[in-house]
Amino acid sequence: MNSTAAIKCHGLTRRFGDLVAVDHLDLTVPKQSIYGFLGPNGSGKSTTMRMLCGLLLPSAGEIEVLGLKLPEASEALKQRIGYMTQKFSLYDDLTVQENLRFMAQAYALPTNTQKSRIAETLAAYQLDELRHQLAGTLSGGQKQRLALAAATLHQPQLLFLDEPTSGVDPQSRRDLWEALFNLVDDGVTVLLSTHYMDEAERCHQLAILDHGRKAAEGVPAEMIANLDAWVVKIDNGSIPALKQHLAQAKEVISLSQMGGQLRLLVKKNIADPVTYVQQQLAGLSEIEIAQHAISLTEPTLEDVFVVATQKPRKMDAPK
Amino acid sequence: MMSLRRLLAVFRKEVWQLKRDRLTIAMIFGIPIIQILLFGYAINTDIRAIPTVVLNQSHSQLSRDLLSDLQASQVIKLKGNVHHVEEIETLLRQGKISIGIVIPPDFERRLQDSSRAAAQLLVDGSDPIILGAAKQLTAMPFHLNSQSVPPQNRLFEVRHFYNPEKRSAMNTIPGLIGVILTMTMVIFTAISLVRERERGNLELLINTPITSNELMLGKMLPYIAIGFFQVTLIMLLGLVIFDVPVRGQLVDVYIAALVFIAANLTLGLLFSTLAKSQLQALQMTIFIMLPSILLSGFMFPFDGMPEAAQWIAEILPLTHFERLIRGIILRGADLSELWPELLALIAFASVTMLLALKRFRKRLD
Ligand SMILES: Nc1ncnc2c1ncn2[C@@H]1O[C@H](COP(=O)(O)OP(=O)(O)O)[C@@H](O)[C@H]1O
Ligand SMILES: [Mg+2]
Repeated sequence: MNSTAAIKCHGLTRRFGDLVAVDHLDLTVPKQSIYGFLGPNGSGKSTTMRMLCGLLLPSAGEIEVLGLKLPEASEALKQRIGYMTQKFSLYDDLTVQENLRFMAQAYALPTNTQKSRIAETLAAYQLDELRHQLAGTLSGGQKQRLALAAATLHQPQLLFLDEPTSGVDPQSRRDLWEALFNLVDDGVTVLLSTHYMDEAERCHQLAILDHGRKAAEGVPAEMIANLDAWVVKIDNGSIPALKQHLAQAKEVISLSQMGGQLRLLVKKNIADPVTYVQQQLAGLSEIEIAQHAISLTEPTLEDVFVVATQKPRKMDAPK
Repeated sequence: MMSLRRLLAVFRKEVWQLKRDRLTIAMIFGIPIIQILLFGYAINTDIRAIPTVVLNQSHSQLSRDLLSDLQASQVIKLKGNVHHVEEIETLLRQGKISIGIVIPPDFERRLQDSSRAAAQLLVDGSDPIILGAAKQLTAMPFHLNSQSVPPQNRLFEVRHFYNPEKRSAMNTIPGLIGVILTMTMVIFTAISLVRERERGNLELLINTPITSNELMLGKMLPYIAIGFFQVTLIMLLGLVIFDVPVRGQLVDVYIAALVFIAANLTLGLLFSTLAKSQLQALQMTIFIMLPSILLSGFMFPFDGMPEAAQWIAEILPLTHFERLIRGIILRGADLSELWPELLALIAFASVTMLLALKRFRKRLD
């Protein structure tokens, strides 16, 4: 297998009873990069990560992580990966320092370097002043720093971060990303999940997950540039009748309102989307829209997400 | 103001939740059934089948009549004959018998002698219930065919060993060591893994290289120390307040306690792998505590129970520990004399530990 890939999986599937939480997922995560899972709740992000950590058995498919076949070699993998769970999973009734000491010993760090490694980590994640505070009493951002500190204490080559920034303030999120890029500079591979667009955009590579399937994959900037749709905006378009009418237009993939502005995704096979939208509105005599109010605009990752996740649904329901 | 509708909402929610809570339902039915069966059937306060041996130096027809009368009373159960008084003492110390009957060579002559009792009962006096039963035997009417015995003459003289002052604390305090350890130790480990699961710590824990063995053993070790502390505390309180001495070796007490604590902790770990919540773990613990206290011989003599109850009791660690601890503390028995009990506890601990390890997987599914 490719030695530059930290993770490879093929046909990865996990069922819970009748529910298919992860559905024939193929992934290749290159080493020394940040790979993101972008998807709504229930799209299978956590389930996939757990299988890649060896914590859940796949129902089908092959997994190779850091050259080790899972689930057979999951114990051998543990020392080499770090995993930050979606829910805070350190001990609320231990102090910051006690939690880190426990983790240091759990990973059997050599006794002579344990102290210095913990001190280093406490400093790196600005936990020095909190070292004697009970973890349960930390704020969201502080807990997240502690969780990341604990996951990286043993210097793993591969880091799994499950929604590391949900419920965390913007400054803490920026700090986290800085820390992640530093880790990548040190040779670490990061796989993280998120449902924030701005965060997904910072990943080197991205997979959009939807109902356990990979709906799209690529470098975020390229995914945006290659968006398979036009983005049309209508200024002052917040008129209910207008929205209703456009939502039924055949070539409109989706529409969303941003303040007074209406944003439409129009299928790429339309040669002139602005004219197309104007034509759609021509029949509506009661709605006055200025000619210049309709224009093309730059796509964002959110548009990519909408196109990737809505396509199957539109096709599912042609009636 | 109280709204009937809201009241009903709470009521129905409780019923819905209860319906899905199998263990609570099992408790609702199980506890009354267990209690009724145990108290009504298994626990017989009429003392029966006290294990007994005989030293018959008289070999007379009269002595044989006496023995068959004694057996007919069903209070004692003859386990065999011995040839020396020392043998009786050893068997008493080992806990194999509770009564030894000594019929002297001049039994027939003594029957006519009002100044002396005709025979002797050597009784394990540490158990007041056994002692009471022995007293009952002394009042037994003994009908002789040929000779008549003057009614004021005493048939038996009771010599009780190990508890000359006949204090019930002698028997209760060592027994309590086992009961207290059962009540505290099982629950410690029973909730430990479930708590990690409930609080979300388990996902972190099983992602570390810590192995199942390390996890289980690591969780047990602190409680072994706590158990030793409890044992020491109870013995000290027993000695200072109730004047209950330790007749055997202290090291034997701690070895027995170690194995018993381990058996309880491994049982707790097994519960922890079975329970889905801390409450369930607690309920399982109660299920084991109840029969332990009632059937182990702590409250009622083991030998009086029906065979089925004895079989159940033999599975419970407390039964074996009660025999060990009473033997060591009250009768000064040596651990080498009580090895089958020790072995039973080791077997129990090993089996439950293996089952717990088999059930526990470092996985979420
Ligand atoms: N242990 C489980 N038992 C049953 N269903 C589960 C379990 N874990 C996850 N699921 C289901 O699998 C789907 C994917 O869940 P998850 O991987 O947690 O999604 P995400 O992390 O993207 O929010 C959801 O529909 C969820 O309800
Ligand atoms: Mg999740």
